[in-house]
Amino acid sequence: MRQQASKSVVSSMVGTFLITTFMAIQPAYAADLELSMVIKKHLFEPSVLKVPANQRIKLTVQNLDTTPEEFESHALSREKVIPGGAKAVIYFGPLKPGRYEFMGEFNPTTAKGVVIAE
Amino acid sequence: MFGTGLVVFRETLEAALFVGIIAATTRGVMNRTRWLSFGVAAGAFGSVLMASAMGQMSSWANGIGQDIVTACILSISLCMLSWHCIWVSPNSHQMIQDAKQIGTSTAQGNQTLWALAIAVALSVLREGAETVLFVAGLMTGSSESQGLLISSVAIGLAMGAFAGWLIYKGLGQVKPQRLFAVSYILILMLAGSLASQLAKTANQADWISLFGEHAWDISSLLPNDSAIGMVLHGVLGFDASPTQLQVLFYLGTTVLIWTAAKRMKLLISQRRIDRLSNTS
Repeated sequence: MRQQASKSVVSSMVGTFLITTFMAIQPAYAADLELSMVIKKHLFEPSVLKVPANQRIKLTVQNLDTTPEEFESHALSREKVIPGGAKAVIYFGPLKPGRYEFMGEFNPTTAKGVVIAE
Repeated sequence: MFGTGLVVFRETLEAALFVGIIAATTRGVMNRTRWLSFGVAAGAFGSVLMASAMGQMSSWANGIGQDIVTACILSISLCMLSWHCIWVSPNSHQMIQDAKQIGTSTAQGNQTLWALAIAVALSVLREGAETVLFVAGLMTGSSESQGLLISSVAIGLAMGAFAGWLIYKGLGQVKPQRLFAVSYILILMLAGSLASQLAKTANQADWISLFGEHAWDISSLLPNDSAIGMVLHGVLGFDASPTQLQVLFYLGTTVLIWTAAKRMKLLISQRRIDRLSNTS
């Protein structure tokens, strides 16, 4: 009984931590649509991204400034820091048709943009 | 200038709340302040190192290097909190019961704190690295004077620390006899919050693209970036529009930890009964 209990404790613990590993095995979407965007003078360019609905998107963001920026979107549930001069990839979607705003958290007054899924 | 302080505040808030909660839940534990201060200091030191490596890190693994690092930090942190809930907490609960029986009363006992100290260090590291990067960027690329910049950064940091202190003081109102149970629930929810953020990272890096749709969206009622939303995020892992995967991770983690901790408690009391019946 004691062994059984400790076994289940161990297995639940392992389960907690390995969930990601198990789920990571599932295959990625076959055809991601690739888009790119740059950050220049604290502005996103282009700031309007039109994407097809119901498709996984791979967005590459290149930061041309020397200062870092944080790509943040509550609508897309995304948040990623892009250091100055660096490049980062952000996946999102598949999206329902609609507008999904994003912004640069380090320069919230200037860096704004929107993803339009249709 | 106000904007700079605000960004720093927002970046530090989550870590400050984390530290405040952990400090409150370990009130009365021996060497607590030493352990947690060490955690904060290690996290702050690590932040500077990580910020300087962040440029290289983002290009690793075809642009998802940062997500890999974030996922590692979150996972280790989650392990530490789970370990605390499943092993440390039930054991020290028993110790306290024993101590009460032989007449020595202790609020929280002599539980080991290394796991929580590591979790604190990682929380400071995760938020701290972004803050350091942000501030370093301003130092090189801003037209504001250095003095003004430093003071607005200091104000932002102080505001974050103040929020952490407030939650610490607020939780100080909890009666000592309830502190144990309350602490357990709070740490359990912090674990859920880490799991939910892990789910978000996994989707962002395209490791898991399933269940990526929003489970619900109450952004219009209580936005994530409102004051209440930010505090609830730090304490409970609140998200106004979580993905289904985030909700699954949150619930899965808390239920698993809860079940395991319950079994561990049973196991410990069983052992104790065995020992007592052996000696008599």
